[in-house]
Amino acid sequence: MKFDVMKESFPKLIGGVPETLLLVSISLLIGFILAVVFAQLRLSKNIFWSWIARTYIYIFRSTPLLVQIYLIYYGSGQFRLLLQDIGAWTFFREAWFCAIMALSLNTGAYTAEIIRGGIQSVSWGEVEAGKAIGMKPFTLFRRIVFPVAIRQALPSYGNEVILIVKSSSLASTITILEITGIAKKIIAATYAPIEVFIIAGCLYLVINFIVTRIIEYAEHKLSPQMYR
Amino acid sequence: MDFGLLGFGVDGWGDEMLRGAFMTLMVSIAAYSLGILLGALGTFLKLSKSFFLRLLADIYTTIVRGIPELLIIYLVFFGGGIMLAKISALLYGGQGYINLPVFVTGMICIGFSSGAYSAEVIRGAVLAVPKGQIEAAKAIGMTPFTLFKRVLGPQVARLALPGMGNIWQLTLKHTSMISVIGLVEIMRQSAVASGSTREPFTFYAMAGLLYLGITSISNKGFSRAEKWAAKGVRSE
Repeated sequence: MKFDVMKESFPKLIGGVPETLLLVSISLLIGFILAVVFAQLRLSKNIFWSWIARTYIYIFRSTPLLVQIYLIYYGSGQFRLLLQDIGAWTFFREAWFCAIMALSLNTGAYTAEIIRGGIQSVSWGEVEAGKAIGMKPFTLFRRIVFPVAIRQALPSYGNEVILIVKSSSLASTITILEITGIAKKIIAATYAPIEVFIIAGCLYLVINFIVTRIIEYAEHKLSPQMYR
Repeated sequence: MDFGLLGFGVDGWGDEMLRGAFMTLMVSIAAYSLGILLGALGTFLKLSKSFFLRLLADIYTTIVRGIPELLIIYLVFFGGGIMLAKISALLYGGQGYINLPVFVTGMICIGFSSGAYSAEVIRGAVLAVPKGQIEAAKAIGMTPFTLFKRVLGPQVARLALPGMGNIWQLTLKHTSMISVIGLVEIMRQSAVASGSTREPFTFYAMAGLLYLGITSISNKGFSRAEKWAAKGVRSE
């Protein structure tokens, strides 16, 4: 064990934590919005919309995230002229935007299924009662369906958040310097893979430990009647 | 897009891509099988009476499920290479770096991750078997092996099947990460093909379709197996 390498690389790896957290939080935010929309479409009575949502969810859940990242980052190069014409090339040129896009679309598909499960668990009586006192569909969703669905979906969503923390390491394959990317860079210079990867692994463990705690806290807050 | 590139023969990449798909399938099956073994072992440890063994299993599942698979692959591949080189230097005065075989390395890394998820699924299934049945089996004097063969095994297999189906999908998708250390499976083959033809979209889209095909077919297989396993179950 080269302890001096460990000591030296520790602050550098810590420097990658904000980038990892940024990737994770932005994609979770965009992914969540996508998920709410697509869960609604998936449950809609219109065959066309539900088909669109089904296809999106099916494609993104059945292929590896790595394919999605490469397809967006490298694949977009094949349509460079077209993308330049419509002015989208500035986005696709940046590895960071591509990583965010792939991660968001990916977690959006998984989360949509989680939220759908939550929405379907809301009992008919509550929805009917809401309708009976004349709530508009949006108010009904905001006050009745959504809060109950979220409470139900939270444990599964916690697992999804941890998976996304882990998946964000794949962004290092398209040159992004988050924890894994920085670890790879240090190893190329010091040739001490075991020491560096152990520290990087510990950082991920700490992040995931904190994430689980936050989710547990939220579960506690959202259903206080269960813990009285 | 030039679809001629996806043809077979000397000019097309179709046969190479299919070979990549075969490699993906092989390494997935190998890793999944290793995962089931480790999952069964992990379940055994988690349900054992010894505090130390339970702790060991908990450490295994917590660490492996909390660290990115990509990092584990890098750690084992590069770290293992250096360790082997050091051992060989010590024993035979060997010099330089030793490359680990990529298939085995990838199988072990993804297998360990798959095993941690399998352990949770199998443990859940074991706990779902009613206690009374096990007590009854013990009461009529079944040996532990017979008890497993006749009572526990068949029921655990049935109860774990849906969860194990999900883990198969997860394992299959995770094997794409083995491409970073150079195993020529779907992803690596697509990278090579798009590098030489400059049509990355065509080949990564093809890669996506191949994964989609494998997951769809295996999904069908698993739901069929679930139906078959539920044959003897009374439903209301």
